[in-house]
This record gives sequence, C-alpha cells and structure tokens, in this order.
Amino acid sequence: MKKLIITSVVTLALAASLNAAPVSFDFKDPKGVNALQFSLDSVLEPIAGTAGGVSGTVSFDPANPAATSGKIVVATKSLVVPNATMTEHMLGNNWLDAAANPEIAFQLSKLEGVSTAGNVTSATATGKFTLRGVTKDIKVPVKLTHLADAFGKRINKPEVKGDLLVLRGEFMIQRGDFGIQPGKNDDKVNPEIKISIAIVGSAPKA
Amino acid sequence: MRRIPQTIALGLFVATIGFWAVKGAHTGWSQNRVPRSKTDEVTGIVYTVYENRYVPGIDLLAGGVGLAGALLAVSFLLRPKNKTDQPT
Repeated sequence: MKKLIITSVVTLALAASLNAAPVSFDFKDPKGVNALQFSLDSVLEPIAGTAGGVSGTVSFDPANPAATSGKIVVATKSLVVPNATMTEHMLGNNWLDAAANPEIAFQLSKLEGVSTAGNVTSATATGKFTLRGVTKDIKVPVKLTHLADAFGKRINKPEVKGDLLVLRGEFMIQRGDFGIQPGKNDDKVNPEIKISIAIVGSAPKA
Repeated sequence: MRRIPQTIALGLFVATIGFWAVKGAHTGWSQNRVPRSKTDEVTGIVYTVYENRYVPGIDLLAGGVGLAGALLAVSFLLRPKNKTDQPT
C-alpha cells in the first residue's frame, strides 16, 4: 500500500513537472495583428507609425516565468507612417537605412522583478536592443498574459489546441544613441522615440 | 491680360480649399494611407489597419493657396488691357 502511494505521488509530480515545461511561442502571427507602434513629436503633428513584420520566439513557463527567454525581430522595411514620402525618407539611408539594416531586434537576457497575478506576469525585461546596426542594453517594463487553450478560438478552429502568450510593453529610446541623425534635425523631429509593443505568440499543440 | 491669371488664381484658391475641406479638413500632413484602430477579440490587442486613400493635409493647402497667391501677384505685373482700344 505504502509503495503504491509513493509511486502515485512520484507519477503525479512527474506529470506536473512535464506539464509545467517551458513552451515555445511563435510571434509570427497567423492573423497578422502583431505590430510594433512608434511615435515621436515633430513639426505640425506627432509622427506615428507601425511595423508589422514581427517574428521571433519566446520560451515561457507559466510555473516559472522568471526563466523566460527569447528574441523578437521586426523587419525594418515594414515600418510605415501615413505619409508615403515620410515613409520613404524614414527608410532611406539618412535615417533607418533599411537596406543595410534589415532587422530591429530585442534579445531578452533576463526578467527581473517578476510578479504574477492570475495569468498576468509583470516584470522588467533586460536585454539587447538592436536598431540601425547599433546594439544597446535596455530595460523594458513588460506584461506577459498567458491565455491557456485560446489558440483554437482565435483562429476560429476550437478543435485545435494550444496556448497564446500576449506580450505588452512600452519604452523610450534616443534616436541619436542608435546613430539616427544624432544631434541633427532636433527642431524638426524629436530625438526621443516612444515604442509600444502589444503582440501575441502562438503555441499550437500537435 | 490680367483677367486670365487672376481667374485661374481664384479658381485654384477655391478648388484647393474646397478639396481640402471636402476630404476632411485634416490639419496635419497629407496622408496616403489612413490609420484605423481595431481590437483583436481574444487577446484584447488594439492594432492598426490602414485604408489606402488620400487625405490632403496642410502641406497641400499651403501649396495650393501659395500658388494661387503667386499667380495673383504675377498678374499685377502684366500690362492692363489698353482702354483706348475700346470703342467710344
């Protein structure tokens, strides 16, 4: 009897640990919703735009969110603003030089100050942010929302199992720090750029 | 001689302001794509979609009105119609 109880407890513990294994979430969204948003003050009105070419993977364990790792990549040429001429200038070699720097990336090094309430984990993400070929360490306050078994519902196929991970965050950068017209045109285009992310990763279960 | 450029200037002025007003009187830069917010029901993510249409902004308004003003100014440099040619 005692042997049976021990075996059962060990089996349950093993099953729980397997269930809590990190899951890899793919941030190339099948619905095309994922985008990075950016805005900066300028003459006449703020310049605001989006970048839809988001990809990358994040490994997340709901039982141990502090162990989260991953990388998010944005295709530079996917950046757009409502004015076509401004978009052309922004991607040109005087500003982002999209041809020579095809990717904007954030490589997560670690999560700090992790706290979880329900399915929402708040933390500060420390990592390496690369823009226009320049990489700098930055800290980003983030919220990770784990939506268990929501993948099928989102693609209108409830029979398909899988989880979603929503990643939200907002941070500021100085464009001059990344070699984008440092010290130039500050009276026309603010040196500070606000970047917001609200993206979802999918982890379908086979 | 002055009447023709003055008429064109007036037409350009009215057309520019009319086009800008009818297309939404947008007080920012001209837009080639118009952003619209949508919400993903399952995740609650608010995202942007773009409608491919042109919305004239202050730059077009300033260009049109400025050109009309320049045309009007040029018209005053032209010789006025000779009154002695008119039948008495």
